[in-house]
Amino acid sequence: MTELVKREGAETALVHEPTHQAQRTYVPRVDIVETDNELRLYADMPGVQPEDLDVRFENGLLTLHGKVRPRHKDVQYLYAEYGIGDYHREFAIHEDIDAGRISAQYRNGVLVITLPKSEQVKPKRIQVKAE
Amino acid sequence: MLGRWEPFTQMEAEFNRLRDEMDRLFRRFGGNGNLWRRAVEFPAVDIWEDENDLFLEAELPGMELNDLEIYVTQGNQLTLKGKRTPPEVEGTWHRRERGFGEFTRVISLPVDVDADKVEATLKHGVLTVRLPKVAEARVRKIPVKAD
Repeated sequence: MTELVKREGAETALVHEPTHQAQRTYVPRVDIVETDNELRLYADMPGVQPEDLDVRFENGLLTLHGKVRPRHKDVQYLYAEYGIGDYHREFAIHEDIDAGRISAQYRNGVLVITLPKSEQVKPKRIQVKAE
Repeated sequence: MLGRWEPFTQMEAEFNRLRDEMDRLFRRFGGNGNLWRRAVEFPAVDIWEDENDLFLEAELPGMELNDLEIYVTQGNQLTLKGKRTPPEVEGTWHRRERGFGEFTRVISLPVDVDADKVEATLKHGVLTVRLPKVAEARVRKIPVKAD
């Protein structure tokens, strides 16, 4: 389970918040599975308010962004083992996707994005006629 | 032509192989395969306090409160136990970065808490536990009189 330890982004941006507190950007861990009909992506993005999620698909590039609001201010930590910050990750999707039917769902801190394949690329079974 | 002899590359490869083998062994015996690379236990926690309570927060995406066991023993030993189940999808996995399985973490709290009054909430994958301090452990402010 330690695989779940948060990773900081390679492209880590130190964003200066109005409070002058530097907030880091994290790369969410993902699972991607491909079936005959779709690609499905699961991203661990805990602590995001659903309205602060931004999912975009443009020219084959899927972008996930989750803005994370500061949760506790002015507290004296006894343990501080992880940081809180926004999530960001991009994927180039090489499969032919039916962009109009992409759907996304956020539940228990996991963002699930379903990318249906275009009709042309779905495997088709050809009926063999017998005389 | 003969290949170059690169003792250090070979040694490194051998070391990596050995480490992978150890990881596999650890995993097979139910231990933690990544013990070598990461010191942080799962889940990572933030703990803070105010006068009356200790607060603990942990990120546990994809879990329900029912998947978790949270209890305090001996006054200050907090146990977080749980299991995260992977999604069941038949297909080809292109990325598998998320971790699944069982975990247990025991944390020694700095003060004793009232085990019966511990409250836990889980929202958007973030667990928050409020642990009321026992009366003796609360900060009492002593008014200082000045002449």
